[in-house]
Amino acid sequence: MRAPDGPDVMAGEVLLSVANVSLSFGGVKAISGVSFDIRKGEIRAIIGPNGAGKTSMLNVINGFYQPQEGVITFKGKARAKMRPHDAADGGIARTFQNVALFRGMTALDNIMAGRTLKMHKNLFWQLLRHGPAMVEEVEHRHRVEEIIDFLKIQEIRRTPVARLPYGLQKRVELGRALAMEPDLLLLDEPMAGMNIEEKEDMSRFILDVNEHYGTTIALIEHDMGVVMDLSDRVVVLDHGIKIADGTPAEVMKNQAVIDAYLGVAH
Amino acid sequence: MAFDAAAKADTFPKLLVRNARLYGARPSMRHKDLGIWQTWTWAEVLELVRAYAIGLSRLGLKRGETIAIVGSNRPKLYWSVMAAQMLGAVPVPVYADAVADELSFVLAHADVRFAAVEDQEQIDKIQSVLDRLPKLELMLYDETRGLRDYDHAKLRSMDDVIADGRKALAADPTLGEWLDGEIAAGKGSDPSIILYTSGTTGASKGVVLSGERSIQAATDTVIFDKLTEKDVALAYLPLAWVGDHYLNYAQGLVAGFCMACPESADTATSDLREIGPSFYFAPPRTLEVLLTRVMIRMEDASAIKRKMFHYFIGVARKYGERILNGESVPLGGRFLYWLGNILVYAPLKNVLGFSRVRVAYTAGEAIGPDLFAFYRSIGLNFKQLYGQTEAFLYVTAQPDGEIHSDTVGPACPHVDIRIADNGEVLFKSPGMFIGYFKDAAKTAEVMTPDGFVKTGDAGYFDEKTGHLKIIDRAKDVGRLNDGTMFPPKYIENKLKFFPDIREAVAYGDKHDFVTVMLNIDLTAVGSWAERNNVSYGSYQELAGHPEVYAMMERHVAEVNRSMAEDKVMAGAQIKRFLVLHKELDADDGELTRTQKVRRGFVAERYAALVKALYDGSKEADISTEVTFEDGRKGTLSARVKIHDMQPVPVPGTLGKAA
Repeated sequence: MRAPDGPDVMAGEVLLSVANVSLSFGGVKAISGVSFDIRKGEIRAIIGPNGAGKTSMLNVINGFYQPQEGVITFKGKARAKMRPHDAADGGIARTFQNVALFRGMTALDNIMAGRTLKMHKNLFWQLLRHGPAMVEEVEHRHRVEEIIDFLKIQEIRRTPVARLPYGLQKRVELGRALAMEPDLLLLDEPMAGMNIEEKEDMSRFILDVNEHYGTTIALIEHDMGVVMDLSDRVVVLDHGIKIADGTPAEVMKNQAVIDAYLGVAH
Repeated sequence: MAFDAAAKADTFPKLLVRNARLYGARPSMRHKDLGIWQTWTWAEVLELVRAYAIGLSRLGLKRGETIAIVGSNRPKLYWSVMAAQMLGAVPVPVYADAVADELSFVLAHADVRFAAVEDQEQIDKIQSVLDRLPKLELMLYDETRGLRDYDHAKLRSMDDVIADGRKALAADPTLGEWLDGEIAAGKGSDPSIILYTSGTTGASKGVVLSGERSIQAATDTVIFDKLTEKDVALAYLPLAWVGDHYLNYAQGLVAGFCMACPESADTATSDLREIGPSFYFAPPRTLEVLLTRVMIRMEDASAIKRKMFHYFIGVARKYGERILNGESVPLGGRFLYWLGNILVYAPLKNVLGFSRVRVAYTAGEAIGPDLFAFYRSIGLNFKQLYGQTEAFLYVTAQPDGEIHSDTVGPACPHVDIRIADNGEVLFKSPGMFIGYFKDAAKTAEVMTPDGFVKTGDAGYFDEKTGHLKIIDRAKDVGRLNDGTMFPPKYIENKLKFFPDIREAVAYGDKHDFVTVMLNIDLTAVGSWAERNNVSYGSYQELAGHPEVYAMMERHVAEVNRSMAEDKVMAGAQIKRFLVLHKELDADDGELTRTQKVRRGFVAERYAALVKALYDGSKEADISTEVTFEDGRKGTLSARVKIHDMQPVPVPGTLGKAA
């Protein structure tokens, strides 16, 4: 689709890898020495009990946290740390555990905001809202409308997101991330707090995004059913350490994983 | 004039050709796609449909064969109808929300080899019952989304079919002539479409309509309502319903007006506002929902706005209908109404998307007098019609200026109506169906020897107005033990006119007196509870609240009072009632999918309650199985109170009551 820096990565090849990444806040070790990779075109799940370091890992990947140790390789380019704008420029988009939308803005405007990085006309033209800026805006609006159509949220186009139910807000947030046309989409608990029907819808959309746009997806999720159905490969963290990595079936059978989730008699 | 030429064209494809000639540059179809209204002119539609027809014929669709049309109101599905008709094939529209079983019944019964469907959802549905459809060869789809990994042996995109036809037409000029020949070869008496009835009364039957009769009927009403090519309609009602096929498709082709398709089913309200149709149809339930929404939003408005709204709605109530009917109104009244129009009615109509509505109809069930009067009073020319699929919709319709909420109007032009001895309404009309598809026995059953169709509805001609009044399904009208006529629907409707009552089920046939079970309307009663500090934890608790019971008692008393005024109905007053602890739901089989109560089923399911209604007990226990939205089942138990009513004495028999 797009690759402003680094060469194009072919499907099945490694799109992003983290090697020996460690992150600590003062004396608290959030992640210690974790390595795994995400291949182009796959749906990769990151799971683990509460406090396992899953969200921290996502934050490392998109540059929100800077690890003290380790190397992050994205599209063949190795870095000691990611910067948020590098991540965004390079095609990494994300959604948040707690919805982080512009609450007073409409669904349409929120998704348009996802196009900001792709708008190139300067402030002067933007303020005039005529000529080239208008042409650009129309083009971006077209892409946004495609996403609205894709996510089936036409009826809430003009509704301020604060007025929307939670499940729809999550969908708008996904729309905003999609508007960036990301190569790698990070979803932090996309189904949290949803009912069965909303979960089924969201699962459908995640699969559709993966299939239709060919977007690589890394997601954190607690609902094991969802993880098993959606993901191609799963990495399991516990107390900041990687304890398993493999297909859903493999991971399910792993004794360490079972112990981490069910607890062991001490 | 549109209809002069229409008289000569006796099939819809011929009309399409005529429209492309007469109104070539005028809009024929609009559809909102990716947030923007797309428009196709009559000339463009003709070109498209011709290419589509060639594409279909290259796939093997032949004269006389059937093709299913499954989906919501989308241009390509309407064009599928046109293209099939162009080849002399017969389209069979199916309700988009039909479950797989219903779908397979219709598709199998109609012998379809082809199906034009909207999207993946419909394809999945059909594929799940494919083993029951050995004749089905190919599905054409409009929306490609999600279909990439499907086996395309039985799938084809409509765009590809149209493109293929277009290419073939360009390559071979004789193909165009062949198609002209096919259009000319279509006879007016050939079947034009098969509409399956929704199955409220048993298994659904395929109603076969001919082009000539359909066009004749549509021409009559186009003249009746003075529709022209400049009108606009929003096609938002189910494609498979006779109303949509008549009001939008048939009338659109006859008058040459523009049909707009909403972006999706959920956006119909805002699309309505953007399109501003001039011809509009809505079932009473839709009108009720709209009004409830307006009223609830007005409750939240600032005090000044609220005062102004209620004041001018009062003015409209007093003068609006009289002005609309062209009666004399004092000058002061006219001035106030004029002012109200600027301040309230016009903005309100604008918000609802009714600013340009010139002719509007409502039908399908009885409409509450207050509801009907409200819309008419703010200057909307709402009228009632009565009809059914077998008549190709219209049997009666109210002419401008002769509007009553409790009648459905006199017979339409060229329609004959007769009332049978048992009170059943019979009709003979230009748009009458040819017969039920593959069911001569059923056809014979509903026809009288002299060619009238039995509607199954009981009704009579009102003495004052000369209009037809429909009271109930003929087979549902019962008798109390003392011989008093008992039309349950009539009583239920009177109750349902109160916004607080969502559903009512009346019993009385072969009993000594009439009883009812009520369902509260959660929106209306809930909002009332909020304003009156009535706290409740669940639907069940609210339904059983003593104050809610008191409110229901007032409503029932009001109904009894109005029934006492009518000599025929006075004996059928409600003696006892109860408020149900759960909402009647189609998922539990208590309502049909079209939201009509299945009285017999409800009586069985709540047998304990019905028994208690008649044995004099003050309360009764009931436990029922409920189905949740995800298919799981659970049990709901409750103790329901039963209230007694004091009958209103009938004028003239006061002595007896004392």
